[in-house]
Amino acid sequence: MKHLMANLIKVKIIRRVSMTRIGVYVCHCGGNISDTVDVEEVAQFASRLPDVVVVRSISHMCSESGQKAIIDDVKQYKLDRVVVAACSPQFQGSTFEKTLIKAGLNPSMVEMANIREQSAWPHYDAPEEATEKAKVLTAMAVERIRRTKPVEREAIKIGKNVLVVGGGIAGIQASLDLANAGFNVYLVEEKPTIGGHMAQLSRTFPTEDCASCILSPKMADVADHPNIHLLTYTEILEITGSVGNFKVRLKQKPRYVDADKCTACGECEKVCPVNVPDEFNLGMTKRKAIYLPSPTAVPHAHVIDENACLGIVPLRCGECAKACEANAINYDDTPKYINLDVDTIIVATGFEIFDARKKPQYGYGRFQNVVTALELERLIVEAAEGHFIRPIGKDIAFIQCVGSRDKQVGNLYCSRICCMYATKLASLLKRADPSRDVYIFYTDLRAYGKGFEEYYRKAQELGVKFIRGRPGELEEDPETKKVIIRVEDTLTRKIIEKKFDLVVLSVGLVPSKGTLKIAEMLKLPRSSDGFLKEAHPKFRPVDTPVEGVFVAGTAQGPKDIPDTVAQASAAAARAMAIMNRGELELSPIKAIVYEEKCDGCGECIDACPVDAIKLNGKASINAAVCKGCGACIPSCPRDAIDLKIFSNDEIMAEIEAALKDKKDGEHRILIFADDMCTYTLADGVGTSKMKYPADTFIIRVPSSSRVTAKMMIKAFELGADAIFLGECEEAVSPYPGTLKVIKENVEKARKALEEAGIEGERIQYSTFVTVMFPKFVKIANKLHEIATKNEISMEKRRRLHKIEVME
Amino acid sequence: MSYYHIEKEENELLARVEEISGEIVTLCEQCGICTTSCPMAEEMDFTPAAIMHAVKIGDRAVLDSKAIWICASCFTCTVRCPRGIDLAKVTEALRQIHLRKNKDYINLEEVKEEELEEDLPPIAVVSALRKFTG
Repeated sequence: MKHLMANLIKVKIIRRVSMTRIGVYVCHCGGNISDTVDVEEVAQFASRLPDVVVVRSISHMCSESGQKAIIDDVKQYKLDRVVVAACSPQFQGSTFEKTLIKAGLNPSMVEMANIREQSAWPHYDAPEEATEKAKVLTAMAVERIRRTKPVEREAIKIGKNVLVVGGGIAGIQASLDLANAGFNVYLVEEKPTIGGHMAQLSRTFPTEDCASCILSPKMADVADHPNIHLLTYTEILEITGSVGNFKVRLKQKPRYVDADKCTACGECEKVCPVNVPDEFNLGMTKRKAIYLPSPTAVPHAHVIDENACLGIVPLRCGECAKACEANAINYDDTPKYINLDVDTIIVATGFEIFDARKKPQYGYGRFQNVVTALELERLIVEAAEGHFIRPIGKDIAFIQCVGSRDKQVGNLYCSRICCMYATKLASLLKRADPSRDVYIFYTDLRAYGKGFEEYYRKAQELGVKFIRGRPGELEEDPETKKVIIRVEDTLTRKIIEKKFDLVVLSVGLVPSKGTLKIAEMLKLPRSSDGFLKEAHPKFRPVDTPVEGVFVAGTAQGPKDIPDTVAQASAAAARAMAIMNRGELELSPIKAIVYEEKCDGCGECIDACPVDAIKLNGKASINAAVCKGCGACIPSCPRDAIDLKIFSNDEIMAEIEAALKDKKDGEHRILIFADDMCTYTLADGVGTSKMKYPADTFIIRVPSSSRVTAKMMIKAFELGADAIFLGECEEAVSPYPGTLKVIKENVEKARKALEEAGIEGERIQYSTFVTVMFPKFVKIANKLHEIATKNEISMEKRRRLHKIEVME
Repeated sequence: MSYYHIEKEENELLARVEEISGEIVTLCEQCGICTTSCPMAEEMDFTPAAIMHAVKIGDRAVLDSKAIWICASCFTCTVRCPRGIDLAKVTEALRQIHLRKNKDYINLEEVKEEELEEDLPPIAVVSALRKFTG
């Protein structure tokens, strides 16, 4: 019942005056630790460690009285460093950093020895082993803090300027939210109007609101908002810099029409002699060379298509200028180049529809009665306004999953909206003319959203026939031009054959060209579906891995309008959360270059997964971009690159302390655990009281890629019996791309081991997510087995000393 | 209609076909694109999609089907399967199960010359001739 002594406070004698003065605090955790670990023995042990001037064991270190003990001791004993042997630094690390600030010390001068999650809990049935391990963990923390240098937390100033890329519904929503909150928004759209795909739609599922009726007021709000600078017909040439300091270069194409003067009266269109396909109607109708981009265009002004206009160069037509009463036409318009400084960026670059020509068996582009669903949207809108572009007919079929869920075209993903838009279009057609025979040929019908299932049911009530089967190919009747579909009704195994007046391809969504371009420009990673990848699929769904860049809408993946709007508002809120503080504290874990050692060879540049290193004679780190993984460290042949926290010195100190005083017959296994996944996982294993061998010592690192082959070899020389490197699975890793660095380091180290006659398999590595408890335990057991199978002779260990490891 | 019981023996058919073909039959989502791509589907007692489904649930009736011998091995199903399954290999695996037991679908000696020129699918002849070689 040791925890009853929790209030007993021990003050050790001050032994000597030293430059470095460490206080060690061993926590009982109200029995959580002290029931297993003999905390008094750990305290006694700690009192003999170098530079330690005071040791206390306290019931609850994290309590106010525990923290006060540290603050008082810092004053009384002039401590400059503190070690708290208690729980996980992920659990209470920030508490003690704050305690140190209160005590007037730099917050990096505290180190935690995790004797609860890593010793008392997983080894609860072996108190002696747990106590021995707790001692070593405490010694590791003390040795490490002895080499720690105070790190000043850098903060950069951050303003309130945000660039929104893309003027579809996602960009519009994000811009309005930010502008309404008082931020300065630059909304850039490459087309001459905002509105995106939503402006082209007939109605929206499942409520059947008129799409342009609900969208156009928002578009007008964008145009009128004093905080939104709308830049249409504008492309992004270049983005450089980083959060708080993005430099953007834009090119605004010439409109040849002064948007402020133009009243959109349309007189110019009447006299323009040039007819070209109208993009807004997907080329199904014609427009003039001078045209209004859409009926609800914002800015509501005409534009001259310079590729179609006869008059611009050389001036030989000029009819529109004569017809324009507002005098808005200017043939001498030129591109404008604009430079912006922005603090954050929201990427809302949207989608394109799958090119149905890539499924030639469906005859799109060859058969006149095969259209895409987006074309049908326009046919319905135009028909409602009395423009009959082409007949729709009585017998209509929808084919689902065109370009989605299809390995043959390389798109494995579901486009998520096609089931419901086909249901909507079928319902609209059926309601407009109940004598129509409307079929939807589907494989799986996904009505997952709010109100979707009810809407599906309504369509069935209307008489839309949902047939489960995917047609292989379509045929055109050479005379009637009707389209013949043969399809297996997979529920009855009957092969249905029927002629249709119109076949609608429910085309999927693919990333837009703009998405690909901005991804390249900002180095945004994309997931296997080609859309932009979020920083964390669960907890950071609108952040990109690039700090200060957020993603909204279909640039991130196919989604419907409500999801797009929700995501846009979320991205706006995330951008506000950074900008509103006025100051952005950078994580202190950053790479640094020792300039006196650097010879400018540039090896580190390729190793950096986020492109944070530039070469200006010598390597230099962009602190705003560097994520502090340390993957650059092993690449440097001159040891000129290091991390500010988790430095080479600190890690080596931990390694040495973990292996010190190893007795005959004992084994030591070092587990390097990346902070985000492996370390968290090990804490979880401990919390669940899952047992694993006690001869394992975990060293926390931002990423295992910072562990060099030299370090591993040195560890074996000093007595390590096995080494493990754990890293996040790439999909959730904050540093994607580090795994290949780890692999290289491990291979180098294994080679050196084998040269000395030691089995290479003593070094292992693997990836985790934070819930792989059994995998962690299995690996710990396997490492124990590897470590204890054979002994490494002293001679072999000495041989390592002479082996040169090429970094 | 009586219940169809899926027991060990049924699952063995799936495992055997997957082993011989190297394809993952359970990937099939029963969209039926194979059936309407198949030039012989009209003649079959099991449509290609039905063959896949029968293998999945281990329905050994598919082994006695004519369809697996009617298959012309034209590979249209294979190039169109949205799941990327090589259906031609699956059907070949079903034929192999027979051929490896020295069980013929046709007896070459009984085949008349006219039949060879007219109705008989060439693959059936090929299959019969290449027994023991699979």
